[in-house]
Amino acid sequence: MAIDKATVAKIARLARVRVGDAEMTSLAGELSKILTFIEQLDEVDAAGVEPMTSVVQMGLRRRPDGVTDGDKRDDVLKNAPDAMAGFFTVPKVVE
Amino acid sequence: MELNDLTIAEMQDGLRARKFSATELAKAALAAADRAKVMNIFITETHERTLAMAAESDQRFAKGMARPLDGVPVAMKDLFCTKGVRTTAASHILDAFVPTYESTVSANLWRDGAVLLGKTNLDEFAMGSSNETSFFGPVENPWRKLGDARSRVPGGSSGGSAAVVAARIAPGATGTDTGGSIRQPAAFCGIAGIKPTYGRCSRWGIVAFASSLDQAGPMARTVRDCAILLQSMAGYDAKDSTSADLPVPDFATAITGDIRGLKIGIPTEYRVDGMPAEIAAVWDRGAQWLRDAGAEVRPVHLPMTKYALPTYYIVAPAEASSNLARYDGVRFGLRVPGTGDLTGMYEATRGEGFGKEVRRRILIGTYVLSAGYYDAYYLKAQRVRSLIARDFQKAFEQVDALLTPTAPSEAFARGEKSGDPISMYLNDVFTVPASLAGIPGMSVPAGLSGNGLPLGLQVLGRAYDEETVFRVAGVLEQAAAFAAKPEPWWVKP
Amino acid sequence: MGQAVTEPAPQLFDGATGKWEVVIGLEVHAQVSSQSKLFSGAATEFGAEPNSQVSLVDAAMPGMLPVINAYCIEQAVRTGLGLKAAVNLRSVFDRKNYFYPDLPAGYQISQFKQPIVGEGEIFIELADGAVRRVGIERLHLEQDAGKSLHDQHPKFTYVDLNRSGVALMEIVSKPDMRSSEEAGAYVRKLRTILRYLGTCDGNMDQGSMRADVNVSVRKPGGALGTRCEIKNVNSMRFIQQAVEYEARRQIEVIEGGGTIAQETRLYDANTGVTRSMRSKEEAHDYRYFPDPDLLPLVLTQAEVDAIKATLPELPDEKRRRLENELKISPYLAKVLVAEKETADYFEVLVAEAGKRTGKKPAEMGQDSANLLVMELFGLLNKDGRTIEASPVSAAALAGLLALRLDGTISGLASKEVLAEMFATGKDAASVVDEKGLRQVSDTGEIERLVDQAIADNPKQLAQFKAGKETMLGFFVGQVMKMSQGRANPAVVNDLLRKKLAG
Ligand SMILES: [Mg+2]
Ligand SMILES: [Zn+2]
Repeated sequence: MAIDKATVAKIARLARVRVGDAEMTSLAGELSKILTFIEQLDEVDAAGVEPMTSVVQMGLRRRPDGVTDGDKRDDVLKNAPDAMAGFFTVPKVVE
Repeated sequence: MELNDLTIAEMQDGLRARKFSATELAKAALAAADRAKVMNIFITETHERTLAMAAESDQRFAKGMARPLDGVPVAMKDLFCTKGVRTTAASHILDAFVPTYESTVSANLWRDGAVLLGKTNLDEFAMGSSNETSFFGPVENPWRKLGDARSRVPGGSSGGSAAVVAARIAPGATGTDTGGSIRQPAAFCGIAGIKPTYGRCSRWGIVAFASSLDQAGPMARTVRDCAILLQSMAGYDAKDSTSADLPVPDFATAITGDIRGLKIGIPTEYRVDGMPAEIAAVWDRGAQWLRDAGAEVRPVHLPMTKYALPTYYIVAPAEASSNLARYDGVRFGLRVPGTGDLTGMYEATRGEGFGKEVRRRILIGTYVLSAGYYDAYYLKAQRVRSLIARDFQKAFEQVDALLTPTAPSEAFARGEKSGDPISMYLNDVFTVPASLAGIPGMSVPAGLSGNGLPLGLQVLGRAYDEETVFRVAGVLEQAAAFAAKPEPWWVKP
Repeated sequence: MGQAVTEPAPQLFDGATGKWEVVIGLEVHAQVSSQSKLFSGAATEFGAEPNSQVSLVDAAMPGMLPVINAYCIEQAVRTGLGLKAAVNLRSVFDRKNYFYPDLPAGYQISQFKQPIVGEGEIFIELADGAVRRVGIERLHLEQDAGKSLHDQHPKFTYVDLNRSGVALMEIVSKPDMRSSEEAGAYVRKLRTILRYLGTCDGNMDQGSMRADVNVSVRKPGGALGTRCEIKNVNSMRFIQQAVEYEARRQIEVIEGGGTIAQETRLYDANTGVTRSMRSKEEAHDYRYFPDPDLLPLVLTQAEVDAIKATLPELPDEKRRRLENELKISPYLAKVLVAEKETADYFEVLVAEAGKRTGKKPAEMGQDSANLLVMELFGLLNKDGRTIEASPVSAAALAGLLALRLDGTISGLASKEVLAEMFATGKDAASVVDEKGLRQVSDTGEIERLVDQAIADNPKQLAQFKAGKETMLGFFVGQVMKMSQGRANPAVVNDLLRKKLAG
């Protein structure tokens, strides 16, 4: 399937990745090529095949309830670009 | 012989016999790293920590309390989070990130006494097969084509780790392999590397690319050295829900040199159109070595092989698009204000923070998961993935291991494939199927091409049967007797 | 269920074009009462310092991985069983992808296609006594998000991740409700069930329970209209107000020639209106896919059965038992089961009273219920206290009940004793002794008082003799007064009749 510039713009928005106008055009071409490549799978009849959920053959392991973590605000905030008053910050959001 | 030329096994012997100290080893490694700066192997050097850790090892030797890997320098792919040491994933978006925690795999190595020798370069977020997508610039392969001074790529994404070992700076390094990122660079750089079974090494603390595929493994010059490193790296980790709760076998003792009676499969479908004659020849030679060693070599069929790459290029970007959503400029990493509102900040941060290939994969991954396309792409790919895994299961009913080439070519020149994503993706054609199936695979240096560049052979085994993989790889290694070294052109006289 | 269910009587709204019907479905987010989070070991306690209950996993640091809390799985199953729902032995955790500052990973781990619990049901009772069945569509486990504070700084929104990763059960109803009263009754009943089960504390003030309210309107019996989702409404009253406001708004839009856009809205408790959430207006494409960091969750039937074996008696069953076996009136039974604490208190009261009197529960159920609901509740209400904070324990109240049932004190004295117990925390027997309230049943003593009363009131006696039967009450009152309320009224009555007739 060929992807046009508008579609690239739409998915870029969905992925929150800013893409310049010039790059938009080249990306449309590259992504179209990649899609054509992966559409080889159309040749495969996989009807009724269970989709892979994990290559690991085991059940989901569970941990017991109990407080074993947290209480490390300094660690959590250490790499924050603009922490204030013990909070992370982002540009003001209007809901 | 120089200290840097020693294998890990030799270093262990020498350290125990007090022929040299951990500090001497560390200094030799650091000096070698300094001489090799032109190859751009390291993103972050750790001189002080390296020497401090070596000194601790020496103290333990002095007290007779040495641990298995004490004093052995190990370079760390910069995808493993290291406490207090910058961890970048070769991305602008993480170029100032200093974790407050240590990945399980690296912690296991330090527990056993290994000495950190810097953080090695890689493709950005491990997305690439040539190490050309790093924000910190490409790594150069220590090997060059005969009579050609142009830079060759070391393969990727663990290109820095492959180069650091090939250039005799470190005897071993960690890598991660999502679709071939340990095995292909190992082949391109003339060293050994194993991607163990998915779940063998904990993923905790490794910057995620594609969670259902990512697996850590060692890279070293010999099969035995890989076994020694994997012994420390592997093991159950309660912090990773996909970690296998199984005992870790003694990998090194599995390398018996005896493969008599073992059945080895040659997957017919890997003989792809346009395979270079040299690659076909080294593969045939490998099969013969195994036959000569007493194995029964026979053809097997993996009919879904051709669909592995398209499947991979749906599953991996889909997972990546989600895994990389956390790089948003809020809690860590780069933040670019953009238009000043929240969405503007997100878009500017991620647009500027991620390189071209990463952006491309995020977009493809977002697309194949989006409404209306999920079933046709993602779900279909996961169904085909089940069929690919089934192929291997059937094959392993007939044989104990598989032999294939590691990569469809020798190391290519820098820039040769970076213009066309598909031709770059095709580089992983032999490594990707095993990643999708989660089975172990190892690349062993098998010889040189006519151009004087290394070629690798790949051994694949059953899930959790790294022992057979090591055993077969050990025999190949012995038969190949690969002793070539890259000409140290980077050392100024 | 054996419950007599009535067809819903829709709440009809008057519009310019005639009557309108409202259709309501609810998605209730109930916090699992676990100590630590769904996928990390950080604490869940309410009201901690910002970002102090955050692990590196909750902050979605690079390389961090989720490991599921076994207790949360059990509580989800337990809740499913309590809702008479089908438990799915295989369920899958998916990632719901979207960008928001309080969602650190850029995705929420939730369950989309294969939730842990499937269809179930809840019965609600309305003011007019009608009982309705509300279908449960599903229950799934998911992570809570953090908290964004928009009013702390002129330029920035602050983000606190303490709640990030807290385990929630999202309980989705079918669009079975037809009035704001039903919506309120549904949430109240669900809360009661969760509290009986102990799987959620139901504390709406602290956000342990919040509802997303889906509202649409249609002409009675017509096709379903487009719905709007009102997010995160956090009190029963607001839920009802939001429904009413939203229904009227939609009717107005449609009758004004407009169409309803499917959107997310916010209820503003200060103004009582709902408004579009601009920040979430953008069409969402959540790109759900199974979380590759987690394997499918597989339960065994034995595991589910073991949880089932520990289920407590739930309100509907308890109420039937109180009515049928304890012979308690429907009204009192309903009041007793409505709050788990009341029901628990009542069970202790009956058990303790049984020990003291040797009576069977059926012989004193109604008396116990009366004492609790009519008398103790009155004192608690006046004091603004809850049953948990009652100064009179269930055992102490049983002591009072026993004294009353065996005739040691009169009904009248009992009220005085309870008030004293309530005020001082003393037990019934000491109060009775201190105040000398032991009932007098001794015929000789009462006879003396009766004679005295008759002698003192010749005029009233004459009236009685003249046929004014009601004067009997006057004499009873006199005797009771003279005995300071201690005389056994039955004995007084008896003696008076004999003497006055003589
Ligand atoms: Mg919802
Ligand atoms: Zn939800």
